[in-house]
Formats: sequence, structure tokens, C-alpha cells
Amino acid sequence: MASEMTSSAYISHHLTNWTFGVHPEHGLGFAHTAEDAAAMGFWAIHVDTMLWSVGLGLFFIWMFRKVAKSVTSGVPGSTQNFVEVIIEFIEDNVSSIFHYKNALIAPLALTIFVWVFLMNTMDLVPVDWIPFLTQKIGEAFGADPHHVYMKVVPTTDINATLGMAIAVFGLILYYSIKMKGIGGFLGELAFQPLGKWMLPFNLFLEIVGLLAKPVSLALRLFGNMYAGEMIFILIALLPFWAQWLLSVPWAIFHILVITLQAFIFMVLTIVYLAMAHEDH
Amino acid sequence: MEMALLYIAGALMMGLGAVGAAVGIGILGGKFLEGAARQPELIPLLRTQFFIVMGLVDAVPMIGVGLGLYVLFAVA
Repeated sequence: MASEMTSSAYISHHLTNWTFGVHPEHGLGFAHTAEDAAAMGFWAIHVDTMLWSVGLGLFFIWMFRKVAKSVTSGVPGSTQNFVEVIIEFIEDNVSSIFHYKNALIAPLALTIFVWVFLMNTMDLVPVDWIPFLTQKIGEAFGADPHHVYMKVVPTTDINATLGMAIAVFGLILYYSIKMKGIGGFLGELAFQPLGKWMLPFNLFLEIVGLLAKPVSLALRLFGNMYAGEMIFILIALLPFWAQWLLSVPWAIFHILVITLQAFIFMVLTIVYLAMAHEDH
Repeated sequence: MEMALLYIAGALMMGLGAVGAAVGIGILGGKFLEGAARQPELIPLLRTQFFIVMGLVDAVPMIGVGLGLYVLFAVA
């Protein structure tokens, strides 16, 4: 597939999402080219990111629910062992970091860890398989194969990672205000490092610190996964006999990166929420 | 000309980020080994902390690499 297209066309093909939105000329519909998608502006949905992220989320919920339903204190099945290992791992982390009473934190940590991990593991699927498959399906539905786009890894789409980070940011604000009250929270922003009289400087410092949390959460996950997938795409440009030499070590290293990024996203969410609960 | 500048910008973003990450994680790894050598029984705990802080040290350089690749391939 890479042979008939120039390398940059191949790369940009693998980087464009399957977008659905209102095009100024063609109206509501799927974008045929990256320019169409750009022309659709803000109110366009990356259907492939939504499809994969929601699908993997539902798979996570279904699997954990199935295990929870058939939990036995007797001889546990293999999936139950696996789920128990994950839950105990999450429980250790949450209890060691978060020392306040809040029933939402552990389930949230579990969801973030497993969901982000599942979305990241889509990066290990060889780059061309699923896009090639969707092109065949697209052809069956009469779409021009070169205009069928499918970006398989949701976390390489800044919208997905920023969406999760904004959700965490909302929780941070909610719990800060709930635990410290509006006055307490604003007081923390305004009077923190240098006392009352240096208010503008304090406010600037604290606001930057507060906004840095979701932005760094989102961009860290995005940067790691985007770079990882880019390397896989570049390796796919090489002659086929050379690809094994490079993509196998990179995939093995990438397994560490995938788990590490999911773990760090979870740990930082717990740490930020623990800071939100702190009451001076 | 403008394209060439974009390539230089992307390369700078990644290069400087890489220098920061290398130095940061080098020092972190050294301290980790020191701690592990001094108290081998704490290795599991140290390893977890090492990975957390390595993720944090790695954050900004990886953001730089991510944006650099975006500039290189999606913009240029």
C-alpha cells in the first residue's frame, strides 16, 4: 500500500482522522480530504477516535462487570485473577497517595488506568492492518479508498487526551470548592506563596500552576503516543525486509511506554485530586 | 524557505528536549542506583518512585517531541 503513494502522502494519510461535520460547501457529511476536515472547523467529530475510545471503554466495563458478576471466593478463573491483580495494584496506589474519604477516587483511578492502557495498546496493532481493512469496507460501500481515513489509536488524537484532562480538571475544581469552599479555594489561589499584599503576582503564579495540570496531563499522553505511532509509521515506509529489524524492538520498548503513560496519568490524577482535598 | 524553517524548528524542538530528558533521567537513574545500592530491600519502592518521576521528567521533552513531529509532518 505504501508503494503507490509518495511517502509524505502515506504519512499524512495515516495522520488524518475520519472526520464528520458541517462543511461550508458540501454541508453535513464525512470529510473526503484533510483540507475538508480542516474546513469543517471546530464543530467536527473525529468518528474513528470516538469509535475506538468508546468501544474500548465499553469493552473494559463489560469485561470487569462479567468478572465481578461471576466472582467466586473459591478457585478463581484466570480472568478473575487478572482483574484482581489490577484492582489490588490500583488499590495500593490510591491508598498510598490519597488519604481522604472519597468513594469516587479508586474507581476513577481504575477506569483511567485500564481505559488509557487499552487505548494505548491499539498502537501495537501493525500500522496498516486496520486502515487497510477499513479501506476495503469503504470500497464496499462505494467510497473512494484513498479518502477513507482511520486513525486507530484514540490517544494520538489531542481531542481525546485533552477531553480526559478537562474532565479531571473539572473534578479538581469541584472537589477543591467542595472541600475548601469558594472562599478557601480563591484564598488559596490569591494569598498562597507571598502573602496578602502580593496578590497580582500570587494570582498569576497560582493560575498558571492550576492550568498547567490538565494541559501537561493531556500533552504528556498525546506527545508520547503521537511520537510512538509516528515512529511506527516511519518504519512502515522502509522496505519490508528491514521493518522487522526496527519495529520489533520499538514495539517492545513501546509496551513499557504504554503502561507507564497510563500509570502516570492515573497517579497524577490521584495526586491532583488529593491536593484538591487538602485543607490547610 | 518557510518550509526549511519549519524543519529546523521541528528539529530544534526535539533536539533540545532530548538533551533535557537525557540529563534529567541520567541523574535520576544515578540517584536510583545509589539508593538501591545503599538499601537493597527498598528496591521495589524505589523502582515505583523512579518510574513516576521518570514519567514527570520525560513529560516536557516528550511534549516537545510530539509537537516537533506534528510540525514536521502535519504542518510541513
